Amino acid sequence: MLRRLITTAVLAAAVLGPVTGPGQAEDRFITVASTTSTQDSGLFGYILPIFEAKTGIKVKVVAQGTGQALDTGRRGDADVVFVHARAAELKFLEEGFSTKRSPVMYNDFIVVGPKSDPAGIAGSKDVAAALKTIAEKKIPFVSRGDKSGTHMAELALWKVAGLDLAAIRGEWYREIGQGMGATLNTAGAMLGYALSDRATWIAFKNKGDLAIAVEGDKRLFNQYGVMLVNPAKFPAVKVADGQAFIDWLISADGQKVISEYKIDGQQLFFPNANDPNA
Amino acid sequence: MFGTFSLFDSAFVAIVLLSLKVTLTAVGCAGLVGLPLGAALALGRFPGRPVIIVIVNAFMGLPPVVAGLAVFLLLSRSGPLGGFGLLFSPAAMVVAQFSLVLPIIIALTRQTIEDLWGEYRDQLTSMGAGPLRAIPTLIWDARFSLVTGLLAGLGRAFAEVGAILIVGGNIAGFTRTMTTAIALETSKGDLPLALGLGAVLMALTLAINGLALAVSRLGARFAG
Repeated sequence: MLRRLITTAVLAAAVLGPVTGPGQAEDRFITVASTTSTQDSGLFGYILPIFEAKTGIKVKVVAQGTGQALDTGRRGDADVVFVHARAAELKFLEEGFSTKRSPVMYNDFIVVGPKSDPAGIAGSKDVAAALKTIAEKKIPFVSRGDKSGTHMAELALWKVAGLDLAAIRGEWYREIGQGMGATLNTAGAMLGYALSDRATWIAFKNKGDLAIAVEGDKRLFNQYGVMLVNPAKFPAVKVADGQAFIDWLISADGQKVISEYKIDGQQLFFPNANDPNA
Repeated sequence: MFGTFSLFDSAFVAIVLLSLKVTLTAVGCAGLVGLPLGAALALGRFPGRPVIIVIVNAFMGLPPVVAGLAVFLLLSRSGPLGGFGLLFSPAAMVVAQFSLVLPIIIALTRQTIEDLWGEYRDQLTSMGAGPLRAIPTLIWDARFSLVTGLLAGLGRAFAEVGAILIVGGNIAGFTRTMTTAIALETSKGDLPLALGLGAVLMALTLAINGLALAVSRLGARFAG
C-alpha cells in the first residue's frame, strides 16, 4: 500500500507535468521586481498581456514593497526593478546596481480614514497640517512599516510636517510591516488613518467605512521609475528582453496603454516618461 | 492568467493544479528519502543518535517562514546555489516544502518502526535478519501506520503559505498557489474571493484525506 501510495504520488506528479524550472524551452521570460501597488491595482494584469502578445516575452512579476524590490535587484534575483521611491532609486544607481533610471508614470498619494473623521481633517488639502492634527489628537494611524515606496513617502511627510516621529510616536502609531492592501484592511478595522497610493485605493474592494480624507497636496506626488539590473554585477541578467520591456514601457505605445488602464472610468496612472525631471 | 480571476475559470484551475503538483512532488520526494532514513534511525545504533532524534523531532515544528528564508538565501543569485536560477520558480517551492515535510516523515517513521522492531526483534533476528536487512520488511509491515505520516506531511505542505510565498514570489500564472492566492486576494480586500478559495482548499484537503483513508481501508482488507 505504501509503495502504491508513493507510486501514485510519483505518477500523479508525472501526469500533472514536471515541475517547470526556468530555462525550459518554451519559456522566454524576464523577472520584474515591482511594488504591491502596481500589482494590487490591476495595472500589470492589464498591460502585461499586451506586452507579451507584442513581443513573446513573458513577464514574471514579484510584487514587493519598493525597498524589498530594490533588494531583490541587489541580489541579482530580478532582471528589472519597477518601483516608486526616487531617492532610493538614485541610491540603487549610485551603488552601481543599475546604470540608468527611466521615469515611467505617476499618480498621487492620499490619506484615507474613517468616514466619521475623528481627527477632523476630511477635505483638507494640507497633508502636513493633517498629520500634525492626527499626532496631536493621537488618533490611530496605520503605517506600512515595510520600507516600501509608500512607507518612505510617509516618513518624508512626517518630516515635512515638522514632526520627529521617533519622539512623538506612541500607541496611536501602528506599524504593521505589510502591503498596501493589508494596511487598508487594518485601518478599516481599527478606525485609523493611513497613507495610500491612489491606484491601490481605487482598486481596493474592502473600503468599508473608509474614505479619502486628504488629497490634492502637491507634496503627495508619487513617481514610478524603472531600471535594468546591471549585468556587469550579475551576468545572468537578461539584458535584451529586460531592456525591451523598459523600452516598451516608455515608448509612445506603452505610455498610451498605461493611460488607458481605468477602473470605473478613473485613470489610475499618468504616463510621464518624457518628463526629464521626473 | 493575470490579475483577478473567478472560481472555476482556467486561471483558477491552473492554480489548483500547481498547488497539487508542488505539494505531491515535495511529499513524494520526502517520502522516498524520509522513510528509509526514519527506519535507519530507528534501527541503527551509532554515537550521536539521540541528538539526531531530538533535532529531527524539533524540526517537525520548523516555522515555514524560517524554512522559506533558508531556501531563499540558498537559491538567491547571490547565494551558494544561485547559479541554477531556481529562485521564484515552482522548483524552489518544492525544495522549501520538502524541507518542511521531511522531518515529519522521518520522525513518524522512526517512532513507528522502532515500536515494531521492539515487537518483532526476536522473530526477525532468529530468521537471520539483522536491523539493516529488516528495514524493507518493517516498512512494509508498518505501511498503514506510515501512511498517516505521509498524510501529515501532505497536510502541512498543502496548507503552507509562509515558505512558498518567500521562495516562489507569488507570480501570477507561474508560482501562484491556492494559499498564496488567498493571501493576495485578502490583501486586495476581495474577501469573498479569498473565502471562496479557502473553501475550495478545505474541500480538496478533505477529499485527499478521505481518498487516502479509503485506499488504506481497501488495502488493509485485501492484505488482511
